[in-house]
Amino acid sequence: MSANLKEIVAKYHNKKGTLIPILQEVQRAQGFLSRETIKTISELTDIKVAEIYGVATFYSMFRLKAQGKYTIRICKGTACHVSGAKTILEALKDTLNLGPDDDTTEDNLFTILEVACLGCCSLAPVIMIEDKTYGKLTSAKIPEIIDAFKKEVNHG
Amino acid sequence: MAKVQIKVGMASCGLAAGAQVIYDEVKRILAEHDYGFELKHTACNGMCHVEPLIEVVTDEGSDAVYGNLESSDLLSIFDTLKAGNIEHSKLIYSNKIDAPENYLLESQTRIVLRNCGVIDPVLIDEYIAREGYSALKKALQMSGEEIIETITKSGLRGRGGAGFPTGLKWKFAYNNKSDKKYVICNADEGDPGAFMDRSVLEGDPHGIIEGMIIGAYAIGADEGYLYVRAEYPLAIKHLNIAIKQAEERGFLGDNILGTDFSFHLHIKEGAGAFVCGEETALMASVEGKRGMPNLRPPFPAESGLWQYPTNINNVETWANITWIILNGAEEFAKLGTEKSKGTKVFALAGKIRNSGLIEVPMGITLQDVIYKVGGGMKTDSPFKAVQLGGPSGGCVPASLLDTIVDYDSISQTGAIMGSGGMVVMDYETCMVDVAKFFLNFTQNESCGKCTFCRIGTKRMLEILEKITSGQGVEEDIAILETLSEKIITTSLCGLGQTAPNPVLTTLRYFRDEYEAHIIDKRCPAHVCSDLLTYHIIADKCIGCTACARVCPVNCISGEVKKPHLINQDSCIKCGSCYKACKFSAIEIR
Ligand SMILES: Cc1cc2nc3c(=O)[nH]c(=O)nc-3n(C[C@H](O)[C@H](O)[C@H](O)COP(=O)(O)O)c2cc1C
Ligand code: FES
Repeated sequence: MSANLKEIVAKYHNKKGTLIPILQEVQRAQGFLSRETIKTISELTDIKVAEIYGVATFYSMFRLKAQGKYTIRICKGTACHVSGAKTILEALKDTLNLGPDDDTTEDNLFTILEVACLGCCSLAPVIMIEDKTYGKLTSAKIPEIIDAFKKEVNHG
Repeated sequence: MAKVQIKVGMASCGLAAGAQVIYDEVKRILAEHDYGFELKHTACNGMCHVEPLIEVVTDEGSDAVYGNLESSDLLSIFDTLKAGNIEHSKLIYSNKIDAPENYLLESQTRIVLRNCGVIDPVLIDEYIAREGYSALKKALQMSGEEIIETITKSGLRGRGGAGFPTGLKWKFAYNNKSDKKYVICNADEGDPGAFMDRSVLEGDPHGIIEGMIIGAYAIGADEGYLYVRAEYPLAIKHLNIAIKQAEERGFLGDNILGTDFSFHLHIKEGAGAFVCGEETALMASVEGKRGMPNLRPPFPAESGLWQYPTNINNVETWANITWIILNGAEEFAKLGTEKSKGTKVFALAGKIRNSGLIEVPMGITLQDVIYKVGGGMKTDSPFKAVQLGGPSGGCVPASLLDTIVDYDSISQTGAIMGSGGMVVMDYETCMVDVAKFFLNFTQNESCGKCTFCRIGTKRMLEILEKITSGQGVEEDIAILETLSEKIITTSLCGLGQTAPNPVLTTLRYFRDEYEAHIIDKRCPAHVCSDLLTYHIIADKCIGCTACARVCPVNCISGEVKKPHLINQDSCIKCGSCYKACKFSAIEIR
């Protein structure tokens, strides 16, 4: 794991403004930024742990807790909001058996993230599972989509 | 027989609507049958509401769009084309014959979007074939001053929201002598409900890059950044490809086209912070720090990225540059109004029929944008308001639809031109809920530096929550107004300075809705669930028991085949009975 970190950090050696790209790449590789990871990055880059935490907690993209294997982004942007994003979120939580304050399923398969806008407002309401976008949703379509996604990953 | 090209619109929006399935099917059909058509990728032509779509272009000059496609439509469309015809039930637009949505393109003027949905964005030769990089060649024959003079004369103003004159901004950066300068493209597009920049980034990346190279040459910069929000993976992919291609062809890098001008361009991916769209915060973020805004002056033109003079413009601003250089400042200035020249791209969304991307000349009325180009409402419920400018903007009511699209006229309504997001709302949208939605957004995104922005927005949000849950009192409106004024006057950056706008404009035009919530404890749009009550209309209820069976708290009673009754004290207002009733016997009040 830290060999991997070393490689990533080394790529940015001698470049300017690299903390965010490093954190992005590490998160892509490891799913989230653990306490250990942040300490190692600090040692490798000479950037203070406090500064790294400062940056990691400022940007909504960085996650400090383990996440489900697949990320479901639900759009809470303006167009989706006025087109019923709330009922889509309820349907998602229902389908995945999540309580009001949970974001990750018990089997650690899915994490739900609320995001501001996915840029597909014309198809509102919209969700994105990994890098696939689903538009013109109704709450009735959600169980189907989750089922189909599960089948796809089981076979592929 | 004419040579036929089939282009599948495969931008994010098209893909979400199922364009990949259509593409694969076209490919399969063309491989198995002998149509002799050529298959191509393209991005978004703006007609998102009929996606997935294909555009069919022939060498005889016919251009047709077929939309709302299912795979099963393709064979019959291809047979039609093979027979030399255009007419088909899925025909949306044609430049030869009458088609249902010809008006959609005819009322537009495309400068920024001229290549979007036309070329394959990852093929540089298609861009070059449409005059790509000839503006750069022309610009390299001009001096920096001449270019800046051209941009100034064109009247182009920044499309990122504030509308600052672009030529003037370039001049400031030009006048600051330094051996290092930067240019930045602001592609953070944070306004939720807007996707103009995404479409241009995905559909015409070279157009933006060429504009930036010209800008860099004019002000004397040798390095640039494209700051793109992380939610736009396809845009980032296309930009990466385009930069590499431009470098290979000598348009980017050292000694561009054999001159002694060198320019290097990098992509920075955002990490999810709305405030990073603000220019000083954006630069802090590029430097790898928390994206907190700084006090201006010094302006970026004096001391920007790593303290060097920096010129930052929005995606759409950059995308106008090549056209102005090629066609001249006068041509550009012919379009628009006295103080707002050229065109504006809008992303239409919400309850509008033709949601998608349009580009119209400045000076057109909002009425025409919504009813002519946008096709009017998609729901049965009438138009109530259009939200312009996102979290910094406001809601314009029906009575002001004759307002023209120009920076100053829109500002007079209390909204702002903003970056071009237009979310249309009908009578099923609650304006207090919309105000709460935006306050929730800005409150979340406030970086926390200024007290009133950090805490004031929180207090305003709490008051709006109180009002929408039926706990509001009449004094709340005055408190909202006082807090708004304080937040506006004491915030350092545009986020706080504009955060109260959604509340102020809805208070200005829809005060009666606030009062209905506060005094009558009623939500006229039936959105705020705490204020709704569900009732069974005895005359319509046939006693099928469907509602009683779905009620999660068992608060519906009644005998089979007799009208049922909802016990208001235990009802949790989940709406399940309303959805379950097949006889419209449940009424929301
Ligand atoms: C909170 C906030 C968010 C902003 N977000 C954006 C944005 O997403 N895109 C953008 O181009 N400008 C945004 N701006 C405006 C920029 O600060 C800046 O004015 C703009 O990039 C200048 O480019 P222009 O002159 O070409 O419009 C934002 C401003 C504020 C205060
Ligand atoms: S508002 Fe949901 S995709 Fe833009």
